Amino acid sequence: MIVDQSEFADALLNPDIAAPNGLVDPNGRPAGKRFDVHRNNVIFSLINAMQIAFPVVRKILGDNFFKAISATYVRNCPPKSPILMVYGEDFPAFLSEAQQTQHLPYLGDVARLELARRRSYHAADIPAIATEKLAYLSPEKLLKIKLTLSPMMQIVASDYPILSIWQMNMVQDFPQIDALGEVVMISRPGLDVEMHKLDAPTHVFLTQLKGKSLGDAYDAAVDIDMGFDLTQAIGLLLSQNIITKIIS
Amino acid sequence: MSDHNIPCCAGVGYKARHLDNILNAPSSIGWLEIHAENYMGEGGRPIAQLKRLREIFPISCHGVGLSIGGEGPLDTDHLARLKHLVDWLNPGLFSEHLAWSTHEGHFLNDLLPVPYTRNVMNRVVDHIQQVQDTIDRQMLLENPSTYCTFEQSDMSEVDFLTEVANRSGCGLLLDINNVFVSAINQKFNPKDYIDTYPLHLISEVHLGGHEEDIDDYGDRLLIDNHARQVVDPVWELYKYTLKQSGPRPTLIEWDNNIPAWDVLAHEAKQANIILAKTTSMAAQ
Repeated sequence: MIVDQSEFADALLNPDIAAPNGLVDPNGRPAGKRFDVHRNNVIFSLINAMQIAFPVVRKILGDNFFKAISATYVRNCPPKSPILMVYGEDFPAFLSEAQQTQHLPYLGDVARLELARRRSYHAADIPAIATEKLAYLSPEKLLKIKLTLSPMMQIVASDYPILSIWQMNMVQDFPQIDALGEVVMISRPGLDVEMHKLDAPTHVFLTQLKGKSLGDAYDAAVDIDMGFDLTQAIGLLLSQNIITKIIS
Repeated sequence: MSDHNIPCCAGVGYKARHLDNILNAPSSIGWLEIHAENYMGEGGRPIAQLKRLREIFPISCHGVGLSIGGEGPLDTDHLARLKHLVDWLNPGLFSEHLAWSTHEGHFLNDLLPVPYTRNVMNRVVDHIQQVQDTIDRQMLLENPSTYCTFEQSDMSEVDFLTEVANRSGCGLLLDINNVFVSAINQKFNPKDYIDTYPLHLISEVHLGGHEEDIDDYGDRLLIDNHARQVVDPVWELYKYTLKQSGPRPTLIEWDNNIPAWDVLAHEAKQANIILAKTTSMAAQ
């Protein structure tokens, strides 16, 4: 019997399919448990990758529940690349749709936050501009420029208090949280990932900065909230090494 | 910058948790091996660490995701990432596995076996040549740990590896634990494997730990999991091999249940003792 890799791969991911005929032990008997070594390697190594990628989701669900739901995810959405540091990109959507996690409506967004932290951790190291470069510009000129933002900056917005949920699970003695949605800016000024809660106008400002001029982004932020503080928002970008280029 | 060539002594698979131990006592280890795929991110801490380590240690680069034995074409995006890494890292050695791991765009994260046939050999040779042409250097091919046998195989693993190396111009990485695991699992004598293996093509040796299990019929089934010490029969097979091949750069692999640095360094020391004896014997 000739075994092809399609047959082999299908049986690896589906425990209900028997080991391919034509795979044998040294006495010519069906491979059975010998094939299961590969099945276990695939499933357990990928569950392990999920545990590393989503520690807070794991903590919320508990070890056994997380393993079970990860096994289902791994079988349905195996990695598309050998770079496992980006594996799990469909996990947030998977959690939002899974029957077993409907009682935890915020879980998908917590997974999105963990994914964004990972992307930030591995993002390209692009040097930030020197603070003086902005300081030298006249207010008039300042409003006309566009800014290029570092790919290590990620934003995750949620109807749930995802940053507080994250901190509650990772930081000891975190105070009781309220039920308001949170917008989180993830950044990596050096090698360590940081998170900052954004207010609504700053969120709009940062979103608009991708493509629009600083003046247009400012106007959009003020439309949301007259009290928007431009100096503070730019100070945050500079202190986090997020601005990588000024386009005049 | 350190000399890029891998010296003929013991090295270990690099784990981030050992960074401080390694930097505090750099003379405790001769060289380091990294898994290529762990350094294919765009930036951040892993790459910063590797840039620092390459200034101090010779680095060997070991790929685990090329799927050399895959039925489909090699993933050219992945090859490009590998080329980028190898270009800046300039590792002393680059190695990959006689195995497949990607099928129809899905990466299965295991080193899956191939049957030993003429067709498979042609494909493997083509893939190795494509890799070597892309990264512009020789690659080493590692022998697998096997659990199952393919009925369709019509040549021995050693014959397969020898001919692949001769046709593609690749070198060989001999994993002695894999030979032992396969020998128990496939009921052959591991010394016969070494006796027929093209020892002159070896540029690197791997040693690692495995677990004991039994198969459906109660026969011994060894599982290559790199999660413990090298066992005595594997050390014996290592000595047996070096007596014939002479000393070779030797890596201790320990990828799961990663131990304290001292435990790993002790394994490397064991290998260095054996290497030193082999060297002095060869000099006599």
